Amino acid sequence: MNTPEPRTFGPVTRTDFVRYQGASGDMNPVHHDEPFAKNAGFPAPLGVGMFPAGVMASWATDWLGPDNVRRTRIRWKAPVFPDDQLTVTGSIAKEYDEDGEARIDLELAVSKADGQVVVQGWMTFVRPEGL
Amino acid sequence: MVAPESLGAEGKPFEMDVERGKIGEFARAVHAKHASHWQGDHPVVPATFLTTQFFWEERVDGANPWDLVQMSQKRGMHAEQEYIFHGPPPRAGDRLFARSKITDIWEKQSRSAGTLTFVKMVTEFRDADGNLRAEAILTGVETAKPPEAS
Repeated sequence: MNTPEPRTFGPVTRTDFVRYQGASGDMNPVHHDEPFAKNAGFPAPLGVGMFPAGVMASWATDWLGPDNVRRTRIRWKAPVFPDDQLTVTGSIAKEYDEDGEARIDLELAVSKADGQVVVQGWMTFVRPEGL
Repeated sequence: MVAPESLGAEGKPFEMDVERGKIGEFARAVHAKHASHWQGDHPVVPATFLTTQFFWEERVDGANPWDLVQMSQKRGMHAEQEYIFHGPPPRAGDRLFARSKITDIWEKQSRSAGTLTFVKMVTEFRDADGNLRAEAILTGVETAKPPEAS
């Protein structure tokens, strides 16, 4: 099975953060209110961690199908700020049978242009038929 | 400071309706392009969609036991998040019956940040028959010293 090409997105904007916040319901002002973020010690609004994590998961579900996902685990490694260019990469870690189903485990990451990893991820899918 | 007595605290049950418009809005925000998020009357949710539980939780007083943890705003962070689907993921039209619980509190020593206090909250999502459909597992961490902004 061929792994798809990495997906690059950005430079991420305040609008990306606001769109994600509206969709998710997490309205923490540190992610969009410039004076609030600076007062909290950040140089600019701090990216919502779940935004790059969500884009990472979408890279995998666009490939293997959103109906087939069974587990998504996310770990944050570094903050994201506006103007960061981000890239999602992933690879198959394991293929196996469980509960009579063929399963695939993926290892994923979101990195900045300089290679710094901002999000690590692990996902489990039911292997789609025909792949 | 994390309140140790919050271990085992359980929120009040809340209901979450999985809605087509919210699925499309969320899919767009996380760049999910698969047609299954838009096709038909009952599109499937994106992998991290259950994060929208907070909208439903807010409507029920005492539904979110995280408030009892009292994690510091300045030194607290979202460290890990996990979503487990026990079978196919929820779809538009599903009504989920949810309940959150603080299941673990533990400490770890870090050379750069001193004592780290981790807190885990598990939210179970069941269908009307009581079958476990999904779980959301949130891990927060509080550092002894404020984290350095990079």
